[in-house]
Order: sequence, then structure tokens, then C-alpha cells
Amino acid sequence: MTGKTVVVLGSGPIRIGQGIEFDYSCVHCVWALQEMGHRAVIVNNNPETVSTDFDTGDALYFEPVTLPDVLSVVAHEEADGVMVQFGGQTAINLAEGLAAAGAHVLGTPPEAIAAAEDRGQFDALLARLGVPRPPGRAVRSLDEARAAAEEVGYPVLVRPSFVLGGRAMEIVQGPADLEGFYREADAANPGQPVLVDQYIVGTEVEVDVVSDGVDTLVPGIMEHIDRAGIHSGDSMTVYPPVGLSREVEARVVEVACGIARALGVRGLMNVQFVVDGEGTVFVIEVNPRASRTVPYLSKVTGVPMVRLATRCALGESLASLGYGSGLWCSPEDGRTGYVATEAEILQGVRQAGLFAVKAPVFSFQKLGHVDPALGPEMKSTGEVLGVDFTYEAALYKALVASGVVFKPRGQVILTVADDDKPAAVAIGRRLHERGYPIGATGGTHDALAAAGVPSERLGKVQEGSPNLLERLFEGRVSLMVNTPGRAEQATREAARIRRACIETGVACVTSIDTARALADALDVFEYPSPACCLTLGEYLRPAPSHPPAEPADSIA
Amino acid sequence: MKAYLALSDGTVVEGRRLGAEGTTDGELVFNTGMTGYQEVLTDPSYAGQIVLFTYPLIGNYGVNDDDFESDRVQPRGVVVREACEAPSNWRSTRSLDEFLRERGVVAVQGVDTRALTKRIRDAGVMTGAVSTLGPDEALAAARAARPYDDTDFVASVTTRAPYAWGRAGREAIDQPAASAKVKMVAIDCGLKFNILRRFASLGVRTIVLPATATADEVMAWEPDGVLLSPGPGDPARLEGVVRTARDLIGRRPLFGICLGNQILCQAVGGRTFKLKFGHRGANHPVKDLLDGSVTITSQNHGYAVDPDSLVGTGAEVTQLNVNDGTVEGIRLEREDATSIQYHPEAAPGPWDSRKYFRAFVDKMERAAR
Amino acid sequence: MKKILVIGSGPIVIGQAAEFDYAGTQACKSLREEGYEVVLVNSNPATIMTDEETADRVYIEPLTVEFCERVIARERPDGLLPTLGGQTGLNLASQLAEQGILERYGVRLLGTQLDAIRKAEDRELFRALMREIKQPVPESWIVESDSELEALLDVVPYPCIVRPAYTLGGTGGGVVYSREELWETGRKGLKLSMRSQIMLERSLLGWKEVEYEVMRDGKGNCITVCNMENLDPMGVHTGDSIVVAPSQTLSDVEYHMLRNASLRIIEALKIEGGCNVQLAVNPDSFDYYVIEVNPRVSRSSALASKATGYPIARVAAKIAVGKTLEQIENAVTKTTKACFEPALDYVVVKIPRWPFDKFPGGDRRLSTQMKATGEVMAIDRTFEAALLKAVRGLEVKAKGLDSWHPQGEDSTNGDASDALRAALAQPTDERLWALAEALRRGWSVEEVNRVSRVDPWFLRKIQGIVRAGSPGHPRQDGDATEGSVYKMVDTCAGEFESFTPYFYATAESEDDAATVLERRPAAAVVAME
Repeated sequence: MTGKTVVVLGSGPIRIGQGIEFDYSCVHCVWALQEMGHRAVIVNNNPETVSTDFDTGDALYFEPVTLPDVLSVVAHEEADGVMVQFGGQTAINLAEGLAAAGAHVLGTPPEAIAAAEDRGQFDALLARLGVPRPPGRAVRSLDEARAAAEEVGYPVLVRPSFVLGGRAMEIVQGPADLEGFYREADAANPGQPVLVDQYIVGTEVEVDVVSDGVDTLVPGIMEHIDRAGIHSGDSMTVYPPVGLSREVEARVVEVACGIARALGVRGLMNVQFVVDGEGTVFVIEVNPRASRTVPYLSKVTGVPMVRLATRCALGESLASLGYGSGLWCSPEDGRTGYVATEAEILQGVRQAGLFAVKAPVFSFQKLGHVDPALGPEMKSTGEVLGVDFTYEAALYKALVASGVVFKPRGQVILTVADDDKPAAVAIGRRLHERGYPIGATGGTHDALAAAGVPSERLGKVQEGSPNLLERLFEGRVSLMVNTPGRAEQATREAARIRRACIETGVACVTSIDTARALADALDVFEYPSPACCLTLGEYLRPAPSHPPAEPADSIA
Repeated sequence: MKAYLALSDGTVVEGRRLGAEGTTDGELVFNTGMTGYQEVLTDPSYAGQIVLFTYPLIGNYGVNDDDFESDRVQPRGVVVREACEAPSNWRSTRSLDEFLRERGVVAVQGVDTRALTKRIRDAGVMTGAVSTLGPDEALAAARAARPYDDTDFVASVTTRAPYAWGRAGREAIDQPAASAKVKMVAIDCGLKFNILRRFASLGVRTIVLPATATADEVMAWEPDGVLLSPGPGDPARLEGVVRTARDLIGRRPLFGICLGNQILCQAVGGRTFKLKFGHRGANHPVKDLLDGSVTITSQNHGYAVDPDSLVGTGAEVTQLNVNDGTVEGIRLEREDATSIQYHPEAAPGPWDSRKYFRAFVDKMERAAR
Repeated sequence: MKKILVIGSGPIVIGQAAEFDYAGTQACKSLREEGYEVVLVNSNPATIMTDEETADRVYIEPLTVEFCERVIARERPDGLLPTLGGQTGLNLASQLAEQGILERYGVRLLGTQLDAIRKAEDRELFRALMREIKQPVPESWIVESDSELEALLDVVPYPCIVRPAYTLGGTGGGVVYSREELWETGRKGLKLSMRSQIMLERSLLGWKEVEYEVMRDGKGNCITVCNMENLDPMGVHTGDSIVVAPSQTLSDVEYHMLRNASLRIIEALKIEGGCNVQLAVNPDSFDYYVIEVNPRVSRSSALASKATGYPIARVAAKIAVGKTLEQIENAVTKTTKACFEPALDYVVVKIPRWPFDKFPGGDRRLSTQMKATGEVMAIDRTFEAALLKAVRGLEVKAKGLDSWHPQGEDSTNGDASDALRAALAQPTDERLWALAEALRRGWSVEEVNRVSRVDPWFLRKIQGIVRAGSPGHPRQDGDATEGSVYKMVDTCAGEFESFTPYFYATAESEDDAATVLERRPAAAVVAME
């Protein structure tokens, strides 16, 4: 099949939650279509992008990505099909309307897209596959929300359905807070149900898969370094995972492949999981489209994900393209990669010879009155990638690239929520052993003292001298570790601290996991020379002279 | 009220009235400038033409009392996509519609000017008509219109009597030019005020003579230099002015602008030809062959000089259009004559070629010593 | 010279977004077209420029001096192109030069040279240069310490603008109305500046803000790609302003007076490549001031490129390797050269996209510090249609200029018109709707202009939209093709035949796209590596 006209929908203006990543996917889709001998027509209205460069597609329609505008272009071009899965939520939201108007939506059919986004249908599908998700349901009133929360038990995650980037999503600790957050979620997308789910504490795992409707390729598994509860776009992630068991990895691949097949995905799909303390894998979200991690994953796995997805969307099979169902792996002997089955994963496989850490980048300095604490709502505007042969070096690069400036002899201030105190003690000990002076507020100081880690006791915002803010403004602090407490008072104080960090240019870590990762990377911070400086191709296909990676297990 | 634009090829488009009621005809040409409609509408080189503006929003900043290039509206009709009813600019005194009505100019708005531009680009300029009376009247007028090349428009735009222009603007011809360092004669084939303003700002007093002036009449003013002005129509018709120019070569420094370039070229034996749709706009790149530089220029001409016809005349082609390679300037080095096909006075357009005024004034100052 | 290093702009932050991927990608393509091997460094993986299809050697490494030096040591590039990676790329290139790294490895800086960049970015050097070429700059004071700041508290005229030097997109700046505010904002700015330097400047609030995108080659040829007029008068960062191209309320004399000023500035700076000049224009006279010069490819140049079809980054890259404007092909027409000025036969409207839907508690007031994360652009043959198309494409709640209620209007003690007046006077992300609402409620254009300082030309257009009662959607769902055709963006207003299929929809009679479609060859097969 060649010579077809395919309309590729862009993702409109850049906003938090829908950024430049979708431009990458659209442009690669266009290239893939052209490579196949088709005519690729772009519809997009964002002047900042490569997709709206007039020589990217075979035709560019500089028009809004709305249903009537797109239909008009489809009619005008007498297009054979429309590609909706690469332009983020903006484009995928048009699938149903386009199909209803008679346009041919290529790839994953609109019914499947709807099935993935409708809570009821999707729950039924997961039940059929025997895949658990955090208990909860869609509700349409406050009373229903209360009942649902009681049923699944607090804490619960409350969020609107059908919105982007975790907008108005909140973790609710108890009945007292439910009403306010319910109303916020309801107002965010009026007329649509609000979702109330049990909030599971654990490790988040994410995959982007390519499926032809039968076979499903998992190019890589990404593990979130920040614990569940922080929006996936705001968390640091590492590929390949450093803390997952073989069983969990195999299960993730099995579930992702099962969902893709059950939905009839033709093209890309993103699945997010949370793994609880017992190793149970829960599905928390499915997006039947290209996600923001596709460019990064394509680059570090070497799998041309968008190209494969475009071909699958036009009817080719993964088998005919040289792939099959399973997890993409990269053998140590330098041979090209292969697709590992679940059985092979259980035996133990090496996913990659490199480590890639993605770190979010924020723009809080530009936005007054915005609380920089991280939560289920996405706040970052961009991301950086650190790539190297060791996890620590990759982490170091990601942090440095994201703007963390670590002064080797400055004070590190710890002020953390009760749940994070044991972890904070471990971090404090490590930092102390390396000669960093520690400052800590009340409870954290007590916890450190009880464990025998010396620290300076600092007052909180309203407490007397010496207090946190004074230290910050004195310019002697190199790092602030401040994780959100639960009480409203603590949250407000924390917001002031974090804002002060932004004003004074002090790195502020708001997740205990990131703080731990930072402590892990200290060796490289102090002696960065072992970190490599290579092209992406050299990391992917290392020459024999480059050091092979240490096995991931030894680090985790 | 409806208004119609008809072309001699039979095309009729419906739009809305702009300006006066009635019927008008002329050669339909397009101008691609995004500003400068007031200057264009008062530029004598547009005499006998209907001007179509490719920029769709015309009249945004109104019409003011300062930016006139002559005392009247020169083109015979105007075609725009949208005329601004409520202009906004500190100098604006009236809207485009009010101005055109006041001057009795028939115009049309609300037509697909891009489609018409492409028509002219592909088929070449053609006669057309605008009418508020009806489509048939417009078409009849377009077909009956006298071909543009058959008319001597210079005769209709040149000044009837000599006048002078100095620092304060228009002056009585017999007023003694006490402050002027330099005296120049301009042969008016369709002068634009801004040429006079530019020279005046450099201390030049200009004596403007009708296009019928002979070389002897010019020399009688004892000028330090002579300007051959821009103007409308087919340059090949201008035998009288060409003869005057020929007689002046070598006697005084000469400077030709636009039509003046074509006159100077003909004076040494060159020929002109009609361009398919001319150059009208403010974005034309011109390459100076002497130093290799490229300058963005303001242009308004429908004819060009045939470079082959200049071979052996002693005239040296000094500038070329970067887009189509047509002649944009020549010089007669020994005789101290230069000319350029574009408009260094801008109005409208970029100011990048103002150096030519300074250069000619320098020459005249040397001649005066 | 064979191998060229291109530095990207790193992660997307407010003030430095996708436009630099567009610019960098174009530059890489452009340089490879000329036969150079391109080495690219960028820490942002979500970019086309970091594709192995775009550059020959791709480094996804931190944008620090240390890593760049390692890349240089390894690759030994002959040249470095610093002006396409935004402020990040430019700052990094400056540091590499200042630390002697470029010299040590024999790397030549291509395009605009560092002393020109310094002259454009260092306030004092810039002002001295402007004085030299007689271009007006607003009165200002450089402050480098708290004590200097204190001494000026009673000297400067209020309102007064605080601009920290060497920060991204004006981070930390703002307009201050009192000595107390100046003291607070000024001290903050001193901390944020890379050089601990801020500038206080006479406020030109209410003046028209106009930008020129200009280019210059190594031989000194200069052109203007495009000018743009901000609907929001001075006081709002241009990245947060609604912007129209070309300018609408400037007469030919004013247009060319400012164009001339812009060209004289790039000549004086000896720019080799693209440059952005921002000017403030008195709405009641010929007075103007030069506000800012960005001696590099910027967000505005991406907008200008898309608004005109003139590929600024592509041309800038070729200029950097020594080509002249006249030697470079106009990639749109393919029949003319890059040495010309685009003529538009349509209107372009850009509206920023702000993140306040995600940050309902955020400070929505717009000032000299950019807050938008992205933007939409719309092209049409009338301002009204382009504005409504842009609003429709924003993907916000309002699909047009729907009725809007200012905050605090319902409160019992507030007068409705006071709340609206405040919303007109203080720019926020919703001011466009406030303007429309005031006009809908029958406020006169003169009154709205007096309060908002938005030019009456824009206000009358908005009034027309509101009066026509069309909340925004000129076309109906379902009959999408009714009454609309597609016209081509061809850089030359139809004067020359063009072959690049770049289209926009408009309600007109003739369709340009149809003729291109009829002629279209069998789909081109592009070879991919």
C-alpha cells in the first residue's frame, strides 16, 4: 500500500502535560509515512514546532486541531486516513468525532480508545484479564464519593476523568478533606464523573508499547525513582529498572501485552503501574496513544517506536518488521537486540547496556504564588536525560543537567514528613559520613539524634532563630530536602520554604526518593571524571574499549 | 452598495463599494507593499491604472495631511480586500473611504485580491474596470477601455508651470534661493514630493520644469545638476523628454529615477520593453554590480530596459534585480550620468537607498565649484 | 572547515521552549545540506535535533562547560554555532570562549561574534553603542549592589521597570510602582542575575510595542523578515503578549522609521545571522525607544518564520558558514532568493498559552516576566477571523470571545464596573475576554482604550466581533467545508509562483491548495538512514 494521503494531527500549543514530546512523535510519524511512500499532511497550530515547518510534511495546514477544522482538511485532501495517536490528548480526543463524521481513523480504533478511557468499560476489561487496579470507582456526587472512599479506605486518590496531566488530582488523607477536593475535581471537568481510587503506596512503573493488535513489543520498562503519588511527568525515572524483581518485570510485560491485545491497539499505548510492597502489580492508567516518554525511550532503546507504530497503524505486523511479543533486550556480546519472552525475563535478561535517568525541570521561578511541592498534578515544563554506563553516573548527569547545583561543603537541611523520617535518617547518616553539615527541624532533628547522626537544630518558619529561612538567605545551604507533610499548617509552611529555595537558588528536593538517589550519586558528584561523554550511538552500541555496565543488581 | 470589478478577459467579480459611485477603467496592476497606500494613491506613476493592494487590510492607519506624494489621487481605481472604516493613528484625519469619496475615486472592496493577483501574475497585466452600476457596465467598461500603452500619461501628470522647492517646501519660482547651496532642475514626468523633500533636506533648491522643457530651457536655469523624474506610461512614447536628456548628457551631472532611468537609457540608444506584470512593492532586492551588495528597494514600474540594447552605447549596467535579472541601474561614467530603476525616496518603502541623494548632491556640489 | 558543533537549549522551561528545537533542527539540516558534519549536544531527549537522522553525532549530555569541553576534546569540531540554542546555548558558548576552551582546541565561533553579543546584552555597552548611532534608549540606571539600589530609590521615575541582566527571558524582573516595591524586586533581581546586575528603566507603559526580525550576512546585506505589533501595549513581556504580524497601526513612515532603526542597529552590532529588535512607540508622536535586542534566533523568530514562510534559522546557519543572503535560495518559492523581504497577504495572530488552568492559585498578572508555556498562531485574511481562529485553537474553556465575568464582580461590596475596569487595566491571561466583555457591555472604544491602553484599532475589531454576536466559531460543526478555501503562505503575496504546500483556511473564493493538489506528483519517497 503506497500513495495514500494521511492526515497527521499535531498537539496544539505547548502546555504543562503536553509538551514538545508530541512534536517529536508527529514528525517521526510523518517521516515513517513518507518512507512508506504515502503523502503525509500535517494539521497543527503551534508555531514553535518542527511539525509546522513547511518542509516537514508533504503539506502543512496551519489550522487549529479541532474537529471542524480537521474535518475540513480531511475533506479537502480527500484523505485516506487520519493519524490521531501522536498528537497527545488533543488529537486522540478527536477520534470519536472524526469516525462519526466518516473519516477513517488509522490505528487503534476509536471504540478501543473509548474503552481505555471509560472507567466502567476499562474495569470490566481488566477484570476479564485478571489484572488488578487500585480499588475504586467513578462517582457523580459527593455522597457517592464518600461512600467509595469509605469502601476502599483512606488515603484515596481523587481526580476528574478525561483530563490531562493529572489536573485537579489529589491524594485525600481523610474524610475531612474529601469535600473540597471532590468539588475541585468536579469543577475541572463538569459533567464527567470523578474517580475515587485507593491510593497505593509503592513503586511506579511505566511502559510504552507498540502493538499490531496481536503482538505487542515492550521496548523498555521505566521505573519511577519518586514514589507513587507524584505525577509521572514530574518523577525521575530510570531505564532499565534498578529495583524491580524479575517476576514484577515479567508481570508488567504480560499485563501490557494482554491489555494491548484485548483493546486491539494498533500503534502506541502507554501503561502505568504501581507495585505495592508485596510485589503485586496494579494498573493505574492506560493511554491508548503516544506518551511523553516515547522520544526518550526510543532513543535509549534504539527501537524506532513511532516508525513501528505508524506501520502497525497502517496494517503491517510486528512480525513482518522483525519484532514480536515481549521485552526488547540488548545482549552483552554486542549483537543486535532481541525480544525476550516472559519466560526468558523470569530467567533473567539484560535489558540494556546503559542507564538513562530522566529528570523533570520546572519553571517555578517564573510563576508567582505556585507551590513547587510535587504531587499528583504535573508541574514540570520540561525534562532532561542523563545517560551513562552506570546508574550513579546517569543520575548525576540528569541532576546536573536539570540545574541542581551541589555545593560540596554547604549545609544540607532535612525537614521531612513523619513517614519519610527513617529514610531521612539513612540519608543524613550518609551525608554526615561524607562530611556534610546537616541541619534539621524539630521531628527530623530528633529522629537523626536518636539514630546518632549529629545535626544542627533549626527552627521552622515561625520559630525563632536559627531557622530555616535565615539559613537559606545567608547563602550557606547547598541542598534542601523538604517532603510535604499532611497537616494543612505544615503544607503551608513547606510551600514558603520551597518558594524561598527558589528565590535563593538552592536546590530543593521534595521527594525523599530523589534525596536518596542524590545521596547515591554523591561519589560521582565529587569525582565526576568516571562519567562518560559519548554519543548516543556509542552508548547503545558500545565499542569494546568502553567499560561494560555493572550488573544492575549490584547497585539496587 | 455592491460594486463590480471586471477584467478585459471577461472575469467579473462582485464586491462592495468603496469611495465614489460610478464607473472607472484602467490597467489593473497589483502592489505588494503592506503599508503605504496613501503614498501609492498619490504617486503620479500610477496614473491610468487601477491599483490592487495584495495586503488584505488597507486603510488601518487612515489618511493624513502629510504623506501625499502629489496633490491628487493618481490611479483611476482601487481594489482592496477590506477597507478599514475606523482607522487608528495619531496623524489620521479621515478614513480611506472618506478620502476616496472626497476625491471622487471609484473603488471596490470585499473581493478575493489574492485570486486576482494570481490571475495578473499568470496572464499579465490587463485592462479592467470598477463600477457601482452593475456587472454588465463594469465588463463593458473593461472591454472598451483604451489600452494603457496608447496614452501619454506624462502629459497629464506633469506640472503646467515651473515651480521651485526648497527647505520650506514649495516656493515661488522667482524667490531668491538664499540658503540653497545647490540648484537642481527636475524634469517633471510625474515627480513625487518625497524626491523634492529629500533633496531639500540636503540643501538643494529644485526648479521643477514641465516634461516638455527643452535642454536649452533647462540650461537657462544654470543648474548644478538635472534630475530625470519617475512617471507613468510607456517610456517609448516619450521622444521629447528623451531628446532633452540626450542633449543634456555631458553638460550637467544627470540623475534618473525609475522612468528617468528608462529615459536616460533611451537617450543613449537603448530600448525598453513591457514586463508581464511589473514590479510594484517595497521588497525588491537589487544587486549592485560594482560592490556586490544587495539592497531592498521600493519599486513601481511596468517596463524595463533591454540590457542587450545598451551594448555599445557607452552605458554600463551597474545594478540588476536579484529576482528576475532585469536592469536596475546604469551609469555613463565619463558623462557623469547615473540612473536607477527603483525609488530611493521610498514613500512608500525602505529607506536603504537614500545614499543616492547624498551622492548626487555631492556631484552637484563639485559641479557648482 | 568540515565539522560544526551545535549547542541545543536544554530542557523546556518557560521562556525557552520548543522553538529552539525547531531552530536547531533547521540549522542542522541546513548545515548538512552545505556538506558539513554536525555534532550536536543537548540534554533534552524529547527533541528532533537529538535524532540521529538530524545530526551526524548526537550527545545527550548535560549542557555544562565541563561536558561541552569533553565533547570538543573528543570531536575536535572546526566551528561552533552558538546562536541557535537560545540563551542557554549562548551563555554556554560565552563561557567556553571566556575560559579559553575554544582557543585551546582551535574552535572558531561561527555567525555573530561574542563581542557583538556582549554589546547587545550588556546594558552599558549597548547604550553606548545606541548613543553612537543616535538611536534612542530609555533613561536607565545600572545597579550592582543593594547600596546602589538604595541610593536610587528616590531618584528613579515611577513606575519603573526592573530588569535583571543575564537571566532567561527576564526572570525576576517586573514593574514597580513605589520605592518599597523597587527595594524588594530589585534585591531579588540582583540575586537572580548571573552577573549580579540589574537595570532600572523608565517605564513606557502604554506605548505600542513593536518587534522587527532582521537578518544580516557577513557582507553587510540586511533585510527585515517581518515586523510584529503587540496587541498588549508595553509592560507585558512579548512572550505573554497577543502579537499580530505584520503591524497594523503603523503608517508607512512609522514602519520604515522603525525598520531603519533596526537595520542600523544590526549593522552597528555586526550581526551575522538573525536578530530581534524590540521597540516602544509613542502612540501620539514619532517618538520611539529601542528596548531590547536579541542577537540570536529567538521565540519571536520562530513565530516570524512561520508567519512569513521565511526560514530564519535555516538562513542564519548558512550565513554563519559564510554564505550571503543573495546566494541562499528562498526555500518557499524556489524561484527567488533569501535576500528579499516577505510580503504577507494575510494577518497572523499569536496568542500565548498560559499554565493557570493547572495552577489556579498562581499569580495570573502579566508583566515583564514571561509566564506562558506555549502559544498558538492563526493565519487568516482578516484580523477578526485570525483572532477567533487563534482563540479556538488555544484549547481553553472559551471557544470564542464568550461573555466573561471578572473576579469579585458578584461580591456584595464591589461595583461591577470597578472589577471590570481593574481587569482591563491589569493585564492577565484573561484580558482579551475582559476587553470583549467591556465592549459587549457597551463601554466605548475610547473608554476601554483609556483604561487598557490597547490600540483602538484592535478594540474596534473586537467590538465588531462582539456586536456580530458570533461567539467565535465562524464555521459550524458538520459542514466544515462550507465557505472556506485554503490559501498558500508563499512569502511574496502571490507575486511569484510557489511550490511549497503551506496552507491556511479562509472564507474566500479561490482555493490555492486545489491547484497544488491537482499537480501533485506521486508521493515523494524520502530515503531514511
